[in-house]
Amino acid sequence: MNFIRSLEDIGEYALLMRRVLSVPDRMREFMKEFMKGVYTLGVNSIWIVIIISFFIGAVIVLQIALNIDSPLLPRFTVGVVSREIILLEFSSTIMCLILSGKVGSNVASEIGTMRITEQIDALDIMGVNSANYLILPKIASFVAFMPVLVIFSMFMGLFGGYIICMVLGTPSIETYVYGIQAFFRESFIWYSILKSMLFGFIIASVAAYFGYTAKGGALEVGAASTNSVVINSVLILVTDLLFTQLALG
Amino acid sequence: MIEIKNLTKEFDGKLVLDNINTTFHKGVVNMIIGRSGSGKTVLLKCLVGLISPTSGEIWYDSRKFTGMKSREVRRLRRDIGMLFQGAALFDSRTVLENVMFPLEMFSRKNKRERRKRAEFCLERVNLSEATDLFPSEISGGMKKRVAIARAIALNPKYLFCDEPNSGLDPKTSQLIDELIQDITLDFGMTTVVVSHDMNSVINIGDNVIFINEGIKEWEGSKAEVMGADNEKLNDFVFASDLFKKIKEAEEIISEEENQRK
Repeated sequence: MNFIRSLEDIGEYALLMRRVLSVPDRMREFMKEFMKGVYTLGVNSIWIVIIISFFIGAVIVLQIALNIDSPLLPRFTVGVVSREIILLEFSSTIMCLILSGKVGSNVASEIGTMRITEQIDALDIMGVNSANYLILPKIASFVAFMPVLVIFSMFMGLFGGYIICMVLGTPSIETYVYGIQAFFRESFIWYSILKSMLFGFIIASVAAYFGYTAKGGALEVGAASTNSVVINSVLILVTDLLFTQLALG
Repeated sequence: MIEIKNLTKEFDGKLVLDNINTTFHKGVVNMIIGRSGSGKTVLLKCLVGLISPTSGEIWYDSRKFTGMKSREVRRLRRDIGMLFQGAALFDSRTVLENVMFPLEMFSRKNKRERRKRAEFCLERVNLSEATDLFPSEISGGMKKRVAIARAIALNPKYLFCDEPNSGLDPKTSQLIDELIQDITLDFGMTTVVVSHDMNSVINIGDNVIFINEGIKEWEGSKAEVMGADNEKLNDFVFASDLFKKIKEAEEIISEEENQRK
């Protein structure tokens, strides 16, 4: 039964996306909602991205510095490895897992509340394509703002490592800075941004699906919000695996 | 005018509406009455397309609604205004913005004209002073009035009201009833009101249909409701003590008149 229910969910999600991904009725209204989405989903997430990235970046450098303590490996390896971890996985995948909690639950609960208070029915009765009006600006704004969050995350992660080197002195700041510049491949940044935009689409659309199809009352909106975070986390991890194999494998 | 032909709705094999046939006329308040769970809200949701009927036809004037393509449905819905039980106002928008919303989506008027129209609609429901308030800052009765203003903003041909008086005190209920009746006459709309409030029926029910367990039991006018020869309708109408006493008083008066004669 669960398997059948999952197939039904996939079908419903595809049908919903068909309604979402169409030309908006009024571009002016779309832009208003888009800008609101940029602020609520993107700008409001900057602080959490900064704080988490700074501390995780610092911990990554600390762990690597403590564990790679071999005379066979030069000390700048700490910078190289930390940079690769932060650029390739942390700033895109781990950051998106965290954002799926913040943004995903926000989107699911907002749309879910609109569903149970008949606001979505009111939009439908007016002749508005409610799926397109409510969901498309959220997806578009979050996907568009994702590169900004990823770049913030990369910078703050590397900065956290810099501060740890400054406090502990090992490796030295010069060695760390040399390490994060050594063997640098610009394509990794593009890879990370592209991957995070894909995750941004998954987070916003899956959360919107759970909110849009919520039924009942406040408890069901809470359940929709929780389910969206769980499903988003699984989808991000699976997509990460497939995307990494396709892009770098 | 809205026509319903042989409308049936089943949920998981359970018959909720059974072969409903009726016509809702233009320029009058058409009421659907019945107990809770009798199927009246399902009928209303079928009428506006929020639920698809299992079989039967719905006609809006000469347009067949059942089986319409979604694009055509959306076009037809621009002629529909609806007042929801909980008002369904947009929380993040002020009263004025709520009323302006349908105009912003579908009207070709410029911003000044849209604002003027929204202010006119709010004035029509006596809410000119509440334009800048948010839905969370106004009372239940005011929310219903804002919802009515929003529903009439695009000058619709059809107005649907789902339990417009639920949760309101008798005085406010009467105001809402009068408002619905006045705008129906002013704008010449086909208005359909779902209610189980007998006061509303007596106040504004020009054309009344009574639904019981998914079956249309009775149809008539508000003048005929009290004296109808239908046991199920009488059970429903005289479930209220007030109406029971009114009926008893009427019987006593008529007996006294007979004795005098």
